[in-house]
Amino acid sequence: MLTYIARRILYSIPVLLATSFLSFTFITKASDPLANLRSNPRTNSPQLLHHLAHVYHLDQSLPIRYWYWLQDVFVHKLGQSLLTSQPIWPDISVAIEHTLQIVLLAQVIALILGVAVGIYSAIRQYSVFDYTMTSLSFLGYAMPTFWLALLLQIAFTDIYLHWHVRIFYTSGLNSGVTSNTWSLDRLQHIALPVLTLTVVSFALYSRYMRATMLDVINSDYVRTARAKGLPERLVIFRHVVRNALIPIVTVSALQFGALLGGAIVTETIFTLDGMGYFFITRLQTSDVYSVMAYIMIVAITVIVFNLLADILYGFLDPRIRYD
Amino acid sequence: MTEPTATPVELGPPPALVDGNGMPDAVAADVNVAAAEGMEVKTRSQWSYARRRFFRHRLAIIGLFGLIVIFGAGAFANLVAPYTFDQIDLTNVLHSPTTVGHHYFGTDEIGRDYLSRVIYGIRTSEQVGLVVAVVSTLFGLFIGAIAGYYRGWIDNVIMRITDLILTLPVLVVLLTVAALIGRSSSVWTIVAILAAFYWTPIARIVRGVFLSLREKEYVEAAKAVGAGDLRIMFRHILPNTLGPIIVNGTLAVADAIILEAFLSFLGFGIADPTPSLGKLVNGGQQYPQDWWLTVLPGLVLVMIVICVNFVGDGLRDALDPQQRRVRA
Repeated sequence: MLTYIARRILYSIPVLLATSFLSFTFITKASDPLANLRSNPRTNSPQLLHHLAHVYHLDQSLPIRYWYWLQDVFVHKLGQSLLTSQPIWPDISVAIEHTLQIVLLAQVIALILGVAVGIYSAIRQYSVFDYTMTSLSFLGYAMPTFWLALLLQIAFTDIYLHWHVRIFYTSGLNSGVTSNTWSLDRLQHIALPVLTLTVVSFALYSRYMRATMLDVINSDYVRTARAKGLPERLVIFRHVVRNALIPIVTVSALQFGALLGGAIVTETIFTLDGMGYFFITRLQTSDVYSVMAYIMIVAITVIVFNLLADILYGFLDPRIRYD
Repeated sequence: MTEPTATPVELGPPPALVDGNGMPDAVAADVNVAAAEGMEVKTRSQWSYARRRFFRHRLAIIGLFGLIVIFGAGAFANLVAPYTFDQIDLTNVLHSPTTVGHHYFGTDEIGRDYLSRVIYGIRTSEQVGLVVAVVSTLFGLFIGAIAGYYRGWIDNVIMRITDLILTLPVLVVLLTVAALIGRSSSVWTIVAILAAFYWTPIARIVRGVFLSLREKEYVEAAKAVGAGDLRIMFRHILPNTLGPIIVNGTLAVADAIILEAFLSFLGFGIADPTPSLGKLVNGGQQYPQDWWLTVLPGLVLVMIVICVNFVGDGLRDALDPQQRRVRA
């Protein structure tokens, strides 16, 4: 197991290097950090541009620029933005914190609900409950996130404008300047984004849980358990649910990894200063190194969670052996 | 795909059963008896069985019907839409849905008929979805077939590329590329960007199937008879991979439409004045009081995705060789 983990980690290093080099090549080729200065008649003196290009290694060849950038990433915590000359880390770490709060909440709720509904749907297959939940999760699965988020936003804006009651806020993280991570004010702000992400993940988990439950329920050892006279409750919870949970662990680890980087749309709609919002705003201004910083963090997150999913899978299911 | 049509046969070679094996003697005898009594005997090819299974799948038929209506409206937008998508009427701005003047979906902030804009938006989304699905499926098929059949360096290269792409969420990659390449992009730029990233999962699937099928006896037999590589790949192995590929290609239509909508929604998609469903939703965002601007194009989008998924499910049940039962 340990050798397997070590091998996977070692393998992910060249993958990360390749991903970062390719993204770096593409992003630096496609955008010009000095474009703003060049187009402004007050700053487009050749000496200044030349000087800046030299200071920021823009006049070097690509591999050398990449090398400088890589050093910055390790030595100066992701380096500094070329546009604002501000260090990237303080901004992005705040964003990570916000995203983490939202995603964690949404994932916990979605997992609990999804697993519970999946189990119950499978036990009462083809019941009214099963049909309702299956259709609902199908709908949730087909709905683009941005549409769902906008519907919620419209609904709660309308409620506020018509009845002047503030149940949930529809944008931002806090009403005042002070930001308190677990205040009621914060919860009112993040309720809708959390709800959006919950619906999306819930649709995935409940479908998945139902399917694996049905797989397991029809297997031979469950028939054996019933045949030897175990009460149905014990059969379900001791024999079926335990095994049906294994794939859910993998799926949720992958989903978690994906969401950490990419609640892009939800955060943009609710203007939450999270990772996705960070990415979109930096992308709009072609802030090259900030975008690179985001891509690196997301790539690492995805790789780590993929690895975690595989390790958990091997840990939970003794039939799977890595060597 | 050409489907051999079911034709009544004389009693000649035993007709193929569902599983494609030769017909057991007992069954053949029954068929003889049946034929002797004047009952019509039909051969059913794999495809005709698949077709029967598909048409018995109620949801799939609903989905197919929905898709024909929606995509039909998009394809014949110039005939169906009551107005053109860019006809401005400043006397009739942000009007809610009404039958007056056929503004069934209302009007937008500069008085353009919203139904017409949505219909033209469907046309854009449809183009993107269909072209991306076809192009990336064909390309993925070709690359996957070569990688799975020949193994070697090409296989390695493809697997490493997919590894790389898998380290980032698709949306992140697409957004970056679209933002940096495609400022004010046309439909075809977006199609190219989507297709450039969408072939990898299909190539992976095809490669997997080819890897297992190339070891089968019938491939060996074909080699023994002296068939060339291309013939073996495309005449013998390929038909066995079509099931999962068709299902995947169908679902790719929905995926591509959704991805385009995401890009357009975030402002990195197709440039003005071409409407697309994602762009319409994005435009409506600025007018939260005028719900129809957001709700209606989004609803169409959801309906397209649901219909495509229904059809995909039906095709999977019909074509998946592991799943032989006929759904009621």
